[in-house]
Amino acid sequence: MPSTNDWINNPLGVVEEMFGKIQVETLPHDSYNTVPSLNDVPLHYLKPNSLVKFRCLIQDMFDPEFYMGAYDTVDPSTKAKVLRCGKYKDVTECGVDLDSANMVTSERQTFYCVPIPGESPWVKEISSCARVVPSTSYVPSRQKRSYEDDDEDDMDTQPQAQGTPAAAEAQGNGDSKRQETEAPSGQKASSPPLDLNFPLPGEKGPACLVKVYADWDSFKLNDTMEVYGILSVSPALSALSDQSDTSSSLILDPAECMETAEELRVHSPPASLVPRLHLIHTQRLAHNNPLLPPAALEDTLASTLGEMVSVRAELLAYFTQLLLGDVLAAEYLLLHLISNVYARRDVIPLGKFTLNLSGCPATAGPAYTEQLYCALQQLVPSAYRLSMTLQNMNQLRLVPRKDYVANRLLSGALQLAANTSLYLDETQLEQGQLDPAGVRNITALGNVISWQKVDYDFNYHQMEFPSNINVLIASEGRSLLPSDCHVHLQPQVTPPNMEAYLGSALTAQSSSQLNKFRLYLTMARTLDYSISEEVTKAVEDDFVDMRKDDPQSISADDLHSLLGVARLLCLSLGQSALSTDAWSRAKHIETLRKSRSEPQGCLNGNEP
Amino acid sequence: MSSPMSTPGGKRGRPSNPSTLLPSEVDMSSPLMYGTPSSRVDGTPRSGARGTPARQRPDLGSVRKSKQVDLQSEPSAADGAAAAEQPAGQRLVIWGTDVNVATCKEKFQRFLQRFIDPSSKEDENSCLDLNEPLYMQKLEEISIVGDPVLNINCGHVSSFDAELYRQLVCYPQEVIPTFDMAVNELFFERFPDSILEHQIQVRPYNALKTRNMRSLNPEDIDQLITISGMVIRTSQLIPEMQEAFFQCAVCAFSARVEVDRGRIAEPAVCRNCNTTHSLALIHNRSMFSDKQMVKIQESPEDMPAGQTPHTTVVYAHNDLVDKVQPGDRINITGIYRAVPMRVNPRQSNVKSVYKTHIDVIHFRKTDEKRLHGQDDENEQRLFTEARVQTLRELAAKPDVYDRLSSALAPSIYEHEDIKKGILLQLFGGTRKDFSQTGRGNFRAEVNILLCGDPGTSKSQLLQYVFNLVPRGQYTSGKGSSAVGLTAYIMKDPETRQTVLQTGALVLSDNGICCIDEFDKMSDSTRSVLHEVMEQQTLSIAKAGIICQLNARTSILAAANPVESQWNPKKTTIENIQLPHTLLSRFDLIFLMLDPQDEAYDRKLAHHLVSLYYQSEEQLEEENLDMAVLKDFIAYARSYIQPKLSEEAGQALIEAYVEMRKVGSGRGMVSAYPRQLESLIRLAEAHAKVRFSDKVETIDVEEAKRLHREALKQSATDPRTGFVDISILTTGMSATARKRKEEITAALKKMLQSRTKTPVMKFQQLFDDLRGQSETAITKDQFEEALKALCDEDYLTISGKTIRLAT
Repeated sequence: MPSTNDWINNPLGVVEEMFGKIQVETLPHDSYNTVPSLNDVPLHYLKPNSLVKFRCLIQDMFDPEFYMGAYDTVDPSTKAKVLRCGKYKDVTECGVDLDSANMVTSERQTFYCVPIPGESPWVKEISSCARVVPSTSYVPSRQKRSYEDDDEDDMDTQPQAQGTPAAAEAQGNGDSKRQETEAPSGQKASSPPLDLNFPLPGEKGPACLVKVYADWDSFKLNDTMEVYGILSVSPALSALSDQSDTSSSLILDPAECMETAEELRVHSPPASLVPRLHLIHTQRLAHNNPLLPPAALEDTLASTLGEMVSVRAELLAYFTQLLLGDVLAAEYLLLHLISNVYARRDVIPLGKFTLNLSGCPATAGPAYTEQLYCALQQLVPSAYRLSMTLQNMNQLRLVPRKDYVANRLLSGALQLAANTSLYLDETQLEQGQLDPAGVRNITALGNVISWQKVDYDFNYHQMEFPSNINVLIASEGRSLLPSDCHVHLQPQVTPPNMEAYLGSALTAQSSSQLNKFRLYLTMARTLDYSISEEVTKAVEDDFVDMRKDDPQSISADDLHSLLGVARLLCLSLGQSALSTDAWSRAKHIETLRKSRSEPQGCLNGNEP
Repeated sequence: MSSPMSTPGGKRGRPSNPSTLLPSEVDMSSPLMYGTPSSRVDGTPRSGARGTPARQRPDLGSVRKSKQVDLQSEPSAADGAAAAEQPAGQRLVIWGTDVNVATCKEKFQRFLQRFIDPSSKEDENSCLDLNEPLYMQKLEEISIVGDPVLNINCGHVSSFDAELYRQLVCYPQEVIPTFDMAVNELFFERFPDSILEHQIQVRPYNALKTRNMRSLNPEDIDQLITISGMVIRTSQLIPEMQEAFFQCAVCAFSARVEVDRGRIAEPAVCRNCNTTHSLALIHNRSMFSDKQMVKIQESPEDMPAGQTPHTTVVYAHNDLVDKVQPGDRINITGIYRAVPMRVNPRQSNVKSVYKTHIDVIHFRKTDEKRLHGQDDENEQRLFTEARVQTLRELAAKPDVYDRLSSALAPSIYEHEDIKKGILLQLFGGTRKDFSQTGRGNFRAEVNILLCGDPGTSKSQLLQYVFNLVPRGQYTSGKGSSAVGLTAYIMKDPETRQTVLQTGALVLSDNGICCIDEFDKMSDSTRSVLHEVMEQQTLSIAKAGIICQLNARTSILAAANPVESQWNPKKTTIENIQLPHTLLSRFDLIFLMLDPQDEAYDRKLAHHLVSLYYQSEEQLEEENLDMAVLKDFIAYARSYIQPKLSEEAGQALIEAYVEMRKVGSGRGMVSAYPRQLESLIRLAEAHAKVRFSDKVETIDVEEAKRLHREALKQSATDPRTGFVDISILTTGMSATARKRKEEITAALKKMLQSRTKTPVMKFQQLFDDLRGQSETAITKDQFEEALKALCDEDYLTISGKTIRLAT
């Protein structure tokens, strides 16, 4: 049985040893935490062909490829034949006997993976802290690479600032690092930077080509997962590096000319920039909150369930402060943050809860909405703020589009992982004209809100991908986009200096307090929910009664939203079944909310 | 390499082993080279073909030289069947396969001479005599037309000789040249005088090996496969060298070298004068063949949800170049290839990945037939026997109609009749073509309009339908322009060609176009619908392109009332403000209103609550699977074409007469021929639901009932409570029209009585008239009356003043 250390440092050796003996490659269970992660360790500190993990989202799926699963090599001097295993490798050993009868062709699938888009800084921070001290065998093994990305340099400095154990390591290797950062600066100008195709603009981090060997049909686009695999950074993989070679050689290989330069660039980018990862083990992530590791879910659940009510009260108080003393809006914000599409009935997604927070003080400029976003970003594992300026709407690519020249899916800002918070800042919208692209973008946002789906553009046809995005719209008046729930903010306090007020509210939360909130939000989302026969009956009676008094007061749609609110209310209290109390509470807050929005509607109508 | 494998029959390791693509060390000049089936080994015409030149087939990888192996050289060879048929000396097989050239040739010739398919439905065979050998007729056609390509349906080969079919699929590279030889021998024997451009090439198609690109796997390498997909990109034409021509610079001696696996071995020494390195390549005397790279992508229908489509590279050779365009849906038959990639020619370690592509042998466009107005669904959708059986069983149930309608959008509560209407729309009527008698096509598609209060899940219903039908489009009236619905002309940025981009209506040809917020649509946009909804075509005249496109689409539209809430005191027209010319083109107009009664409310509440906690499995048990519904509809649409029976015709006539009679009693007409047509369509659709080839009285009954329900809801005159179709056809009920005439007359009378003041104020006149009349007159009615008088040139209106015409 290979030890954990063997697995991490020499996984290929382990595989080679196992090859022919047992079929299943099993990773020792306790080793998960000791595996270095590509998310926080810069690529050049990782040993090639070592075991690494990567927390990522499947951005694109490439075509399946055939490779030599097993082959014979012939030693040129002794003529001895050795059977080799081709799994988990990109390049074969020397001296392949291409005519051997032992050659087995196998199939594998390649996924293009990027770090989870919009991952909050605190998630990165906590998961890199949780990392076990890397073993001393981490030596930057490659001295110089042809291409270097700034991002990795940024990441280098990060652990140093945090004072994590990795920092000492990094400083110890300072020499080699300097070499690497100096060298590429000249080259950068010569070759255009490769677009790593991150869904959100301004994202950083490594992208990775993950090679999957089994069961690839179970993976879906936009799945989030943590992959454990063998890192392969062989320079031979880069398409660009040997371009000059092929042109000089006399080879008339039909395979060479069948792809365009763009396609080659995209599908075989330099391994130093986009490493290859040969998948050994995958862990699907239901969420990317590092405070709630999937293994410990049951324990944490039991211990925190009792606390949920008190944490909820604290969080509510915090939100009330953020929302300028508006308790009702704070409650809705809380419900919004724990919403989650848990099922779909033919076309209707159930559980979505898009909140439109109107009446955001505009006099303070963008400061208020921006600070509110900062506060939310501190609580949710991934979030993105889309400032709905006219320019953004007309120019941003929201919907992913297939680029047939490069044969890849160009990502768009709506290619997000499940449960990402999308914060639409409509206060930034000014008067002007939307061009056709802008109209399409607005339609796409509307589709996400109403149906939780994004129609990816495949040029000749569209393909529908389900999404699960929490959309929060901050606006002055009622938003032009649809929403499940519209709350008009009624500030109780008017601080003279908004920025200072919010700033103090933000800093007042200790990190342990924040962690409690983060844990609470993720927990509430994962709870099960049911409605008993009795309560069903009560709800029915209630509905009929309400309709009897005034049929206009409540429609089927209202009942839909009422049921949705009741569900979220229960979950927020840590209850897994609807109680009559929660039902009447839901009715109460809905009435409050409606009474608020109706006069508001008239007010809007009267405005010129 | 010393002992060639030649175990006949059964499974062999070879197909999954790409090593066979790679150089073999067997000596080319060995006596085993006897009788290579490749007809172009030496490039000279074959004697049997009487001087017709052979043409290279790069699609088969002509560079590979196959060799034959005498089975008897192997002690284990015991192919009983082959041995019995063949004299011992001829038991040769092509190396690496179990194909015996002579046997194979003979079998194929027998196939050509004897194969008859009396039940053939392929349109290309339509003019052939089905009781004569099919392919002999095709050969005759070749001798007349002179197009030396013979397409062979592999399904025919398989039904005629399964063993031959297996060989064809497993060893296409060896078997197809053998077929070529066989067919040429046969052809020139039969038509010795015909002159062809080159020898006949056999192009097999419809190999049932693989249908889906996703299921291609290493086992398919080097086999004949057929897959379907969509062309996404085609490359420029690539001239590929087939034979290099070298000339010696010293003695002008020439040498020809064939391309071998993409390489040309440059002769180092001139054979004539023995000068080294004197040979130079002469480009314009070398032979090239055309080649094109085509990229195809999985068709969206074949894909599992949540995954991106796969793409495959295809090489087209010679006359197949430029046969397809990006966007075409095609079925291709070809040989699947895998080529190892070298990292660097000078390095010995190779990348362990193969590049795969398909050498195409045959293209077949799947959407070609749509141009001719035929459904291609039976081509694309293959139903298994078992599936058809379940569908038929379902159709035989007496309550199939109710079952299906309740399976439609189960999350939407009640509205049974509306769902039934939509169900019938999904099936559609029978397409009737009277163009030969000069009456044109009759519309078979049913159009439905849903109108009603906001929040009555109209949009959900539309979304559901859009997701259910294969060729559906969903647009919102607010966001769509006339151009977006029809078609627009665009310059392709790459090719600079003008291309016609089709809009939602054309894209949903043979499908359903769902239009939400129909009322928000601008008038100009709506006007394009007039043609589509009755003639089922779309005429375009812009940018020098004048054409008429088919748009045989059903329209499912949803509209909100103008005053946010439905006003029951007003007619449909007044509520939704749509032109009646358009409304009359809808077969069924449904109102989706809140019924507002307690029992309904209770059931609705129960339905919604259960929606929120029932698990998926529970719901699936209760309702029919969406996939079954899809298949059911697809099957009925493509296979069931009901015709009116005598009784049904009679029943329809009666129903129509009755409908007209109802109105005539009160001086109103409640039915027009358009309504009769609607009835026929609905009855046909109902017959389709039952999988019945005949429209019977029960179908007519249901059509009548549904039509009446829809009418009752939408064409009831709110003033009298009677059904009045003229609301839809003229936009006004008969009573309203009568009332309008009365008011106009009263106004005229009043004006005549005071001729001394030719100019008066609007408001004043209105007050006067109201004071005079015993019934209340609304401002609208007053305005209408004024307008009517204005039309009579009795007065003129300018702003708020009214002037009598003199």
